[in-house]
Amino acid sequence: MRIYVCVKQVPDTSGKVAVNPDGTLNRASMATIINPDDLSAMEQALRIKDATGCQVTAVTMGPPPAEGMLRELIAMGADDAVLISAREFGGSDTFATSQIIAAGISKLGISKEDIIFCGRQAIDGDTAQVGPQIAEKLDVPQVTYAADIKKDGDKLTVKRMLEDGYMTIEVQTPCLITCIKDRDLKPRYMTLGGIMECYAKPMTVLDYNALKDEPLIEPDTIGLKGSPTNIFKSFTPPQKGQGVMLSGTDKEMVEDLTGRLKNKHLI
Amino acid sequence: MDFALTREQEMLKKLAQQFAETELEPMAEEIDQTHTFPVENFKKMAAVGLTGIGIPKEYGGSGGGCLEKVIAVSEFAKKCMSSAATLSIHLIAPHAILKHGTEEQKKKYLPRLTSGGELGAFALTEPNAGSDAAGVKTTAIFDPATNEYVLNGTKCFITGGGRAGVLVIFALTDPGKGTKGISALIVEKGMPGFSIGKIESKMGIAGSETAELVFEDCRVPAENLLGKENKGFRIAMEALDGARIGVGAQAVGVAEGAIDLAVKYAGERVQFGKPIGALQGIQWYIAEMATKTAAARALVERAAWMQDSGQPYTLYSAMCKLNASENARFVTNLAMQIHGGYGFMKDYPLERMYRDAKITEIYEGTSEIHKVVIAREVMKK
Repeated sequence: MRIYVCVKQVPDTSGKVAVNPDGTLNRASMATIINPDDLSAMEQALRIKDATGCQVTAVTMGPPPAEGMLRELIAMGADDAVLISAREFGGSDTFATSQIIAAGISKLGISKEDIIFCGRQAIDGDTAQVGPQIAEKLDVPQVTYAADIKKDGDKLTVKRMLEDGYMTIEVQTPCLITCIKDRDLKPRYMTLGGIMECYAKPMTVLDYNALKDEPLIEPDTIGLKGSPTNIFKSFTPPQKGQGVMLSGTDKEMVEDLTGRLKNKHLI
Repeated sequence: MDFALTREQEMLKKLAQQFAETELEPMAEEIDQTHTFPVENFKKMAAVGLTGIGIPKEYGGSGGGCLEKVIAVSEFAKKCMSSAATLSIHLIAPHAILKHGTEEQKKKYLPRLTSGGELGAFALTEPNAGSDAAGVKTTAIFDPATNEYVLNGTKCFITGGGRAGVLVIFALTDPGKGTKGISALIVEKGMPGFSIGKIESKMGIAGSETAELVFEDCRVPAENLLGKENKGFRIAMEALDGARIGVGAQAVGVAEGAIDLAVKYAGERVQFGKPIGALQGIQWYIAEMATKTAAARALVERAAWMQDSGQPYTLYSAMCKLNASENARFVTNLAMQIHGGYGFMKDYPLERMYRDAKITEIYEGTSEIHKVVIAREVMKK
């Protein structure tokens, strides 16, 4: 049994966010982190590994320096990693990206009990599209917004977190799960022992030549050409004004609030 | 010459930073004010392998060496000196056992002190044997009838001594022979005749526990002799050479942490219509603090590199500790000066760091003893 965990290196938005004159993110000048939802996915996978001893493989598509992130995930507990990297894959939108990652996973093979974990969405694009699209392209069932996952043979019981509550459903493997951050799901630290050995663990690099014969890979399904998304404009929205905290008794605050709303002709 | 950290060391630095920010910093003020040793934090350090730095994997350790210790300890000290001191001093016992222990001793004790999450302690100091370590009065008389050493005496100022599961104790096996009659013994918590005396109330590193250890006819099996009989003084001195690099790392870390706070405060605090960081007087303070601390780090890392590469390092470990500890006091003092009245208040971490920094000039050998060691090493050439 093997769990693939799809991860993405994203700009660290907790520090300074640098924006190019055209409104796009200036990735080169920002530090990178592992996408937070993807870390939750890795933690879910490692918990299943703790219980079952299965193999956990970290998968990413990105430029060669993304190896550093994969090594960190191995230092956390993943067994090996796959780096999908080629100039031909550059400029891919979510559609082309999921096409390429699906091809990579398909090449490595999916057996009956295997699971693919993804983070719900990446903090740079916030599309939440890549995970579900990989599932579609691999023709496996998908469960999104997973907060808790229990495995029993070839069945998973997944607790989905929705806006107004939880939904618990069962799904058959092989399947794809997108994971969310949850209070009870603190991603584990790397360990020093893991760090000392992480560069000795296997990392497979899948380039264009390795994947070009996969049915999902065609020149017009990858890279810029294979990307139907067109961004017309990207801009930084004006900052909201500072809020006002009202104080006093409930009655006073309600009167204050309604007075303010009336003054603005909102009510 | 290459000053760059390896990619694994960079990763360790990141781990130690994350750990310090998430686990240590939020508790630093509380454990200082309540004088509490955070047991859970030590267990968490063990879970990520930091209590086994420098110990091979086969004994439950994580690998790495002295430079890895410097990286972890200095990152901890930026946020919580008590935790940095606890880790740094804990590591002395497993390292002494690794270097001088028999295979049986290593197999028995090292997994407990590394992945097992038990605290280690190193007990040399006595009420009348501080800088003059040869003044040890504790005795360990061999009883051939039972094949045991019988320990009697008192050790004081032992970091972690009250909590440690495994301790390396120095005692006279041949009283009257001075340093040539001292042996090292591995003692376990709970051995009959071994009790914990006074827990000290300290000016700084209050979240690391410092205890008095009392031995009254405490019988230690002969197999717990560490190294050869009457050769313990050398083991102690060697262990202190390594420990001093750990103190150097603590001192560098607390100084770097103080600089971070001072720079931040200087950018935020507005007086005379501008941030005080725009005043040249403050800038000069920051410049001096940063320069001296960078130099202190370089010397600490050099000493660690010498130990890791198998070179004699007594001189450099003493120099790096002397220099870094004096710098830690200098830097925390100026950082507090930059903070003004706010720095003096317990609401800010500066006053704690100022108190914590002081110990680095005293423990694992005072600055004065370090000068003796340094002069002896330099002048014998």
